Amino acid sequence: MRRITVAAELADHYDIAIIGAGPAGMSAAVEASLAGATVLVVDENTAPGGQIYRAVTRHSRGHDDVLGADYWKGASIADPFMAATIDFASSTTVWSLDPAEEPSAHATIGLTLAGSARRVEARAVILATGAMERPMPVPGWTLPGVMTAGAAQIALKSIAAIPEGPTVLAGCGPLLYLLASQLLKAGADITAVLDTADAGQRLRALPHLPAFLGSPYFAKGLRLLVDVRRQTRVISGITDLAIDGDAHAQSVTFRRGRRSETLPVRTVLLHQGVIPSINLASSADCAIRWNEHQRAFQPEIDHLGRLSVPGLFAAGDGAGIGGADHAAVEGRIAALGALSDLGLITQGEAETRLAPLKQERRRYRRGRAFLDILYRPAQQFLSPPDDATIICRCEEVRAGQLRQVIELGVPGPNQLKTFIRCGMGPCQGRLCASTVTEMMAEQRGVSPAEIGTYRLRAPIKPVRLSELAALPQTEDAVFAVTGRRPEPSTNPKGPNL
Amino acid sequence: MTASSIDMVVIGGGLVGSTLAWGLARAGLQVTVLDGTDLDPRASRANFALVWVQGKGVGAPAYALWSKASAERWPQLAAALFDDTGIDVSLNQNGGFSFALDQDELDTWQAEMQAIVRETNGRAAPFAVLNGTETRERLPFVGRDVVGSIYSPLDGHVNALRLYRALHTGMKQRGVDYRAGYAVERIEPVSDGFRLIGPKGVLVAKRIVLAAGLDNTRLAEMVGLHAPMKRSKGQILVTEKCAPFFDHTSATLRQTDEGGVMIGDSEETHTSAHATNQDISAVLANRAVRTFPLLGDLNIVRSWTGQRVKSLDGLPIYEQSTTHPGAFVAVCHSGVTLAANHALVVAPQIAAGALSHGLSAFGSQRFHASQTV
Amino acid sequence: MLRRLCEITDPVRFSFDNRPITAERGDTLAAALLASGVETFRHSVVGDQPRAPYCLMGVCFECLVTVDGVQNQQSCLMEARDGMVVESRRGGRQVLQGQS
Repeated sequence: MRRITVAAELADHYDIAIIGAGPAGMSAAVEASLAGATVLVVDENTAPGGQIYRAVTRHSRGHDDVLGADYWKGASIADPFMAATIDFASSTTVWSLDPAEEPSAHATIGLTLAGSARRVEARAVILATGAMERPMPVPGWTLPGVMTAGAAQIALKSIAAIPEGPTVLAGCGPLLYLLASQLLKAGADITAVLDTADAGQRLRALPHLPAFLGSPYFAKGLRLLVDVRRQTRVISGITDLAIDGDAHAQSVTFRRGRRSETLPVRTVLLHQGVIPSINLASSADCAIRWNEHQRAFQPEIDHLGRLSVPGLFAAGDGAGIGGADHAAVEGRIAALGALSDLGLITQGEAETRLAPLKQERRRYRRGRAFLDILYRPAQQFLSPPDDATIICRCEEVRAGQLRQVIELGVPGPNQLKTFIRCGMGPCQGRLCASTVTEMMAEQRGVSPAEIGTYRLRAPIKPVRLSELAALPQTEDAVFAVTGRRPEPSTNPKGPNL
Repeated sequence: MTASSIDMVVIGGGLVGSTLAWGLARAGLQVTVLDGTDLDPRASRANFALVWVQGKGVGAPAYALWSKASAERWPQLAAALFDDTGIDVSLNQNGGFSFALDQDELDTWQAEMQAIVRETNGRAAPFAVLNGTETRERLPFVGRDVVGSIYSPLDGHVNALRLYRALHTGMKQRGVDYRAGYAVERIEPVSDGFRLIGPKGVLVAKRIVLAAGLDNTRLAEMVGLHAPMKRSKGQILVTEKCAPFFDHTSATLRQTDEGGVMIGDSEETHTSAHATNQDISAVLANRAVRTFPLLGDLNIVRSWTGQRVKSLDGLPIYEQSTTHPGAFVAVCHSGVTLAANHALVVAPQIAAGALSHGLSAFGSQRFHASQTV
Repeated sequence: MLRRLCEITDPVRFSFDNRPITAERGDTLAAALLASGVETFRHSVVGDQPRAPYCLMGVCFECLVTVDGVQNQQSCLMEARDGMVVESRRGGRQVLQGQS
């Protein structure tokens, strides 16, 4: 692996560019490099691993291991990745992805590395952008002292730190219990786990139970639940949740049935499942579809991970939630798909190698529907009933304001965004998009599939004006802006600072 | 299937359509607005929010004066919207600059401004030509690459997104029946008006206003009107919010009342794509940083494009069908600047049943004339 | 709000709002600040409310700080380095000299 530390070290052109160095991205990179493709992998974090295997290359496994064997599995993906013949740019932000304009052309990626922007071409691009936690907007969720369960796990993995003082976990889904178990093992003061799952989902999930019993996650999940319940108070059927405090979270108030209770806290960790990160795929105009089981939008892919736009692929949780093992297999599948499409391996070779991978993928998908349906967040946490709850954290737009705008009859989330600035801040809607869709769907009594979601445009991550200003200027672009062609003798000037 | 006849249907709920609808409702009409879907091309969500007169109407004095009149009427519109909705659209008419990065640019603009003054017999908006030093005396943070500027005191801007919401809020308040996702596929003139046919059903309207942006071309032909359009894709960059630094506006860079800086603009004439073009972003950013070096470290947080609603000659079209009276069309690409005219002049005329002679310069016969040349 | 489970073995030293901070080499800046008792990273742009990291993975933009004079940096995506001067932010970015 060649570490790229400044933008100038990047090649102009790669066979395959992979965005994201989690299990999907790392596996795809290894597969692609073995076939002799020139490969670039970029990731915004300082080290490979993604969120699930975050910092796996940084530590060695200790005796008092709180992260568990599943985490250290990451090393078996990261090791070949570190040894592969690839370019790896960490701490690198991809802010644009322009698909090829014609079939034989290249896609172009805009990225920023060490303070400089650069555009790089690739014949195929694999999006391995992973997932993010589904926003859980409750009163007080913007207070310091409140973060996602995933954030706490990141702190545990990356700097071996745990929340200080009385800590409450609230929400639903397997990760909530995994984290609770890990934090308890590490000595955190977990006062309670507040389970917000809708009990009605149990019945709906039942038909999918047989498949789940055969899934690799069954025994693991059961152990976790028992383990956590043995060590701390688990309260199910939570219907209201609010966090109070002046400049920092001080207490959590919740309701279960008719009873309301308040607990003092220093830290609140929220989690209600994960959803695909689709901003890059959306900005490249890839078709996006609603996944009712997972209650989220995801890019449409075919059996090889091909997106609807030629030359673009997606793998792993960014293409639909399936977990780390599933992501690693999908990464390899997408890489083989790309290699075969680019003619770097024969179709026959691809098919031979794909067959066992597809079988493995099927195995990891087994039982997924049960988890998805069982842990579907309860409606009041998808679409907050309290008007004062902040929905858009950047622009500080509240639920009540959104309801007023929806009431105007807006055709969809994009018009709503225009009217009330919801989703226009630096996070570019990542922390409000799912809630906005849910709120509109609820208010109109239709499926989120009918409502749709924000249409994203590059830059999908903030990029400094001076970096853009320093990029090469094409004659066509100068003409489009000034109405005049640049004189052949005079190059357009760089910024005169 | 056929509902009872509606007084007035405005087809299009963008800035032009909603401004006219609100104006028609103020004139006492029962108005229905049929709007498209969330992802239809909408110039109203992509505009630069200027109330801008400078440089408009070279060779078209009627347009220069029409724009100027609207800018002068804008305080009245802002006040009326505030009265109706309590929404302040942050009108700021503190004057606008066009910053030239080379002498050629400045000379061209100056010649255009002089032509407009000449063609309007001196009735055009006033302006001043400033050299680089004079520009920096007024605006000390302007970069050394700026060789000069044109300044016009009448230019300004609003918060166009809030304007859009205010119009829709005002429509609701005045009982306008607004229906999103209500595409009109066909218009059939009938004896007592027009049958509007779409996937959601059939409506019958006594009178209609076509304010459907680029779709006007298609719809106009169905009622004996003519609205030929050209392609014009624009692109804008927006920065994160920052503390106020620029209390004026310019044609290519403005700070919104909320703090973000908008950077424009571009024109591509050969594409129907709506994705942003990073090559254009690079040029926009380059010019912005040369004009305002202090902005270099700002983060661009968003960018968008839009297809301008531009007629073949770039001027507005306002017309009532002669073959099918009661059908009006309104086309323009300056839905913000001209909003005051649309709400306070055009809408009352449509309500009264006829466009004034003063608007005849904006009829579509001008395209027939040019085609026969 | 975070407590380290292990002692720092390879320290880097920097400052946050003039306060000395020690972190383990390789820590992200955001995690290092949280582990040093920093509660508020910034005050929000619109409502001037205290904020701190929510996701620690580059999504939420709540961890924005000024690093060596460059405003609005995502502290969860950068490594803590020796000698960094880190400052919390109040409201929107400043562009004119003397604005603070």
